[in-house]
Amino acid sequence: MSGALHAEWTKQRTLSATRWLLVSSIALIVGLGAVVALAASYKTTGSDQDITKLSLVGILLGQAIIAILAVLTVSDEYSTGMIRATLSAMPRRPQVLAAKAAILTALVLAAGTIAVAGSLLAGRLILPANGFTAAHGYPLLALSHGPTLRAAVGSVVYLVLIALFSLGVATAIRESAVAIGTVLGLLYLFPILADVVKDPNVERHLEQIAPMTAGLAIQSTTNLHKLPIAPWRGLAVLAAWATTALLGGGVLLQLRDA
Amino acid sequence: MTATTAPYHSELPRCRDGFAQSVRAEWTKFRTVLGRMIATFASVIVIVLAACGATQSTNSCTSPSCGVPVGPGGEAVTDNYYFVHRTLAGSGSITVRVSLLTGRIQAGPGNVVTPSDLVGVPSRVQPWAKAGLIVTPSTNPGSAYAAVMVTGGHGVRMQYDYTHDTAGTAGAAGSPQWLRLTRSGGTLTGYASADGFHWAKIGAAHLAGLPATVQAGLFVTSPQTAQLAQGESSSFMQQATAATAAFDRLGLQGAWRSGAWQAENVGPEPNNANPTNAMPILSSVGYHRSGGGFTVSGSGDIAPAVGIPAGQTAAQPLHGVFVGLIVLIVVASMFVTAEYRRGLILTTFAATPRRGRVLAAKAIVVGSVAFFAIAVAAGIALPLGLHNLRARGNYIYPTTTLTDLRLIVGTAALVALTAVLAVAVGAALRRSAVAVCIVMVLIVFPYVLTITAALPAGVSQWLARLTPAAAFAVQQTLPQYHQVSYQYTPANDFYPLTPAAGLAVLAGYALIALALAGYLLRTRDA
Repeated sequence: MSGALHAEWTKQRTLSATRWLLVSSIALIVGLGAVVALAASYKTTGSDQDITKLSLVGILLGQAIIAILAVLTVSDEYSTGMIRATLSAMPRRPQVLAAKAAILTALVLAAGTIAVAGSLLAGRLILPANGFTAAHGYPLLALSHGPTLRAAVGSVVYLVLIALFSLGVATAIRESAVAIGTVLGLLYLFPILADVVKDPNVERHLEQIAPMTAGLAIQSTTNLHKLPIAPWRGLAVLAAWATTALLGGGVLLQLRDA
Repeated sequence: MTATTAPYHSELPRCRDGFAQSVRAEWTKFRTVLGRMIATFASVIVIVLAACGATQSTNSCTSPSCGVPVGPGGEAVTDNYYFVHRTLAGSGSITVRVSLLTGRIQAGPGNVVTPSDLVGVPSRVQPWAKAGLIVTPSTNPGSAYAAVMVTGGHGVRMQYDYTHDTAGTAGAAGSPQWLRLTRSGGTLTGYASADGFHWAKIGAAHLAGLPATVQAGLFVTSPQTAQLAQGESSSFMQQATAATAAFDRLGLQGAWRSGAWQAENVGPEPNNANPTNAMPILSSVGYHRSGGGFTVSGSGDIAPAVGIPAGQTAAQPLHGVFVGLIVLIVVASMFVTAEYRRGLILTTFAATPRRGRVLAAKAIVVGSVAFFAIAVAAGIALPLGLHNLRARGNYIYPTTTLTDLRLIVGTAALVALTAVLAVAVGAALRRSAVAVCIVMVLIVFPYVLTITAALPAGVSQWLARLTPAAAFAVQQTLPQYHQVSYQYTPANDFYPLTPAAGLAVLAGYALIALALAGYLLRTRDA
């Protein structure tokens, strides 16, 4: 296994795309969070803003880049034919997928931690100037605050799960464009569907099984009772999507010719 | 040995090398890859099925109008007010001094209210609370009318037939205001005065087909609030309100029939039987006479209907288009990137060395396929979906045939332009995964952000102006009315740009991407 890990690490390390994608995901997450924090104002948004969630809004955009990184990890090997060399060297295919997942997890953990820390720091520095002050009921964002810590840790885990989900889908589909279309389609279509359905019960159920909506419940720090699903349970829903995708991808990888 | 061999010339006639040939070549490439055709057909089917499967039986109204009145212009209207009136048989005028005094607001929060909540508690007068004079042929909901009025926060106005609104010169705030409405044939003229001596004309309305005998008198009404609900910016509270106004110095001139003043609450009763469709109104309405004047309380609005609780726009059946949009983004970007991966691009450029022409041909082929496919799908889905929704008891805002046509053509244009954008981004980047992701982040992601209200409202409005998602403005079917307070946000199917401007934003992105891709194609090795 350590050989497989070393091989996958070498592949990721030596591709310039990996570096670019990770750096741009961090930049997008922190950047979007900062822009939204600059645009938000206590006067116009009223007194019921979840500023932790607001600071972490960049995750919505950054997940797309993380998904590309995860999809390319597999589908690039298929498009270049590298996969044959990989499978010749390591004929135990589940081990290849596990090694890819492990390396991806480590990379996204690192990038996600930096991005989330950056976003919260940006929120902490920018938001008080826009009226979100302790006097208005918004203490400074700090990780010592339980729900904020949960949102921060959860957001990093969310990104990791999105990466694993994308990896599983890409392993099953192999074609990069179709895989990224499927991943982003599943993430974005559920909220649109939930918006279309006017029946509140159906809408709630849709939000409970949607990978993105359920997963991002972890970012909420206020009004938890209004969430369609509890924070950690929501993350568990996304974990179920990721597990299913990885298992499905693994089975197909094992059964099909490369 | 001086035998020379003549160079070979094909017997076949020379082929023309023109743009038409490039388009034909690209169309052949598109047509003969089974996956592309299957994906395109599948998206058409999904769009139609989504329209059929829109199972939303939250409502039980049987008529197509669901009790929502329709105004003279064919639009859905609210027509709830308290009316103290007499009969005017011919020409005449009515003059009164009015002061808008107090307001009341529904006691309970949100949409679940008890009858006692609907009595209301004292509150500030709503900015669009109205008190004044009105002339109408009948008290049937949706009748034509003309009115002059004092409002809670927008001064003196003349309004007629629901959609027309003219501002008058307001007197000092808080002081009583004189109003006069003159009827001469079908023409009604509104005047305002601060003192009862110096009158200024506000405007005139010609009501076609106004009968000789009309009802005219005093009216008061006060619309529901449109505030954001706490914590949920996607849904908001609409609370019923009422206003009470004092009228005195009443003067009548002209062909008034003799008889007492009659009073009634026009429109559906409070606590009406169909609460999901009705705008909430308070039950604390009525009037009493004191000396020479009247004190009248009313609740509701005389205005275009916006935000009917269970109302849906005609664009509702077209939401399946998102699946088609995503599928066609993938198909369109792979139409270029797959050639790079398979090496076919070398053959393509060898056959057509003018690379800009190849790009243009690809854009035209993909754009046309997307336009045609989505136009067919939307053309079937729209009438089918609307029929289904109405059959299941949902209220759909009325639209004209022209609006329906614009929805179909506009949606097809939206998908076609997005597909062209995907071709251009694919050609510029040559990596399909990155191209698909960028196009989806440009158009689907901002739309998701605006409808899920993850962002403050101001940011959402800018996203709906600046990103390619501005093109979703083609799906707006209801006009915005400045005289109705409402959350005019993308989440409620109102977009900051007009349909044409929205499409122009997307077209701009597509053109810039095409120009950039053309430049890169010419300067890079294939």
